Amino acid sequence: MITGEQKPFDEIWNMVKDYKKVLVFGCNTCVAICHAGGGKEAEILASLLRMRAAQEGKTIEINHAAVERHCEPEFFQSVMDNVRKYDLVLSTACGVGVNLLSEHIGDVPVFPAINTEFFGAVPRAGEFTEFCAGCGNCILHLTGGICPIARCSKSLLNGPCGGTNNGSCEVSPDIKCAWVLIYDRMKQLNKLDQMKEINDAKDWSKAQGPRNFKVKLLEEIKK
Amino acid sequence: MSFKDILDSGKFAVTAEIGPPKGTDIKEMYHHIEVLKGKIDVANVTDNQSAVMRISSLAVCKIVLDNGMEPVLQMTCRDRNRIGLQADLLGASVLGIHNVLCLTGDHVNAGDHKQAKSVYDVESVQLLKIVEGMNNGKDMSGNDMKGGTNFYAGAVVTPEANPLEPQLVKFEKKVKAGAKFFQTQAIYDMEKFKSFMAYARKFPVKMLAGIVVLKSAGMANFMNKNVPGITVPQDLIDELKAAGKEKALETGINIAARHIKMLKDEKICDGVHIMAIGMEDKVPMIMEKAGLL
Repeated sequence: MITGEQKPFDEIWNMVKDYKKVLVFGCNTCVAICHAGGGKEAEILASLLRMRAAQEGKTIEINHAAVERHCEPEFFQSVMDNVRKYDLVLSTACGVGVNLLSEHIGDVPVFPAINTEFFGAVPRAGEFTEFCAGCGNCILHLTGGICPIARCSKSLLNGPCGGTNNGSCEVSPDIKCAWVLIYDRMKQLNKLDQMKEINDAKDWSKAQGPRNFKVKLLEEIKK
Repeated sequence: MSFKDILDSGKFAVTAEIGPPKGTDIKEMYHHIEVLKGKIDVANVTDNQSAVMRISSLAVCKIVLDNGMEPVLQMTCRDRNRIGLQADLLGASVLGIHNVLCLTGDHVNAGDHKQAKSVYDVESVQLLKIVEGMNNGKDMSGNDMKGGTNFYAGAVVTPEANPLEPQLVKFEKKVKAGAKFFQTQAIYDMEKFKSFMAYARKFPVKMLAGIVVLKSAGMANFMNKNVPGITVPQDLIDELKAAGKEKALETGINIAARHIKMLKDEKICDGVHIMAIGMEDKVPMIMEKAGLL
């Protein structure tokens, strides 16, 4: 799923303080799971902003709402007439949602209340870890199911660098060295010989945006 | 004699680092070049070492060359993509720089521009392959170039990496990708290094042992705790401690000289790479004590 964390409150306040009618608009899918941008978080953020407005002596009408997804128009189209009544939408969706809503909303600005981070797993409740970089050219079959693009600080393709340190990364003891994990996994799978093959330089053109694709089957049917 | 010829001749080679400074005042660097000239075989110029921004390795290699020493161009993959790396390789080649050390490069997190975007478009193994291709007149995309390069390519290895096995997998890939010489991370445990060499000798490459002078017991302890792949054995730390503060540096120099002498006399490896880290002035003394001058 897509993960994100709420921006520092002061940064959010500085975005909204000069507007008169603000909607904090949540998304109940990915960012709700990481407790950053679902309906509940939108409600809490709206009430914190109302308190701050009162403290600063500002008169701002601040409401909240949420839909299931901000990344497909059909999920928010039915509420757009109401959304357009505001002079600012503070979105707690991921960046995808902010972009798409901006395309559909007309002359109302949409600002981000969260920093969208990565495609993450939830190894334990409340903990999110980057496992995939969406590079467009998957090689997990070569690396024991452990992604060096996402999980090695240097996205190395041929083994650990000199910074590998007792199983940790030189960048932080909290980051596991992806290549030690890959080595152990390949050993477990009895595939160490495969790890000895040189992986050629990656085709990064597939990782660079703007990217889009169309489902081929649907295109055929349309024809 | 070129670096390759020196190593091929069987002479015990000595390389030392020239660290480009941050800023345009290069008086001290010139002094280091003067001190090392005629003593060491080649000067190895670091590339934004520890991810700290400095004068480019390529520019300083040219200065080294113009001042009568053969340079090794250190090239990391952190700051340039494949286009920039190849362009600089061609640039080095036409300037007369023909030795290159291919490195992945310390993460920007270690340096003084922590917010920089790391590149790592390619990494050390792939860079070695790029060099090999350019030596054969082809760029990385397979395009013919008007005039190829003639690089003697090297790489690094950490004999005491923990765990060691994945490091050795990478070492073997570097050999396969065209590395002809290796310099190691600093080594202090001669017995361990001997057993590493028993393994490394199976490959057709020249090995230069990394030497970093211990300035104090504190420095040794610091490295043991903080520098991946470096282990200073307790007996050396005790030796430095026993020497006291006054004589610690002298003792560190003696240890380095002793190790170099042993590596040479017992023909354990093909040379040493001395990383003086601000003590370039002491390199000739170390070499003298090791019986190399």
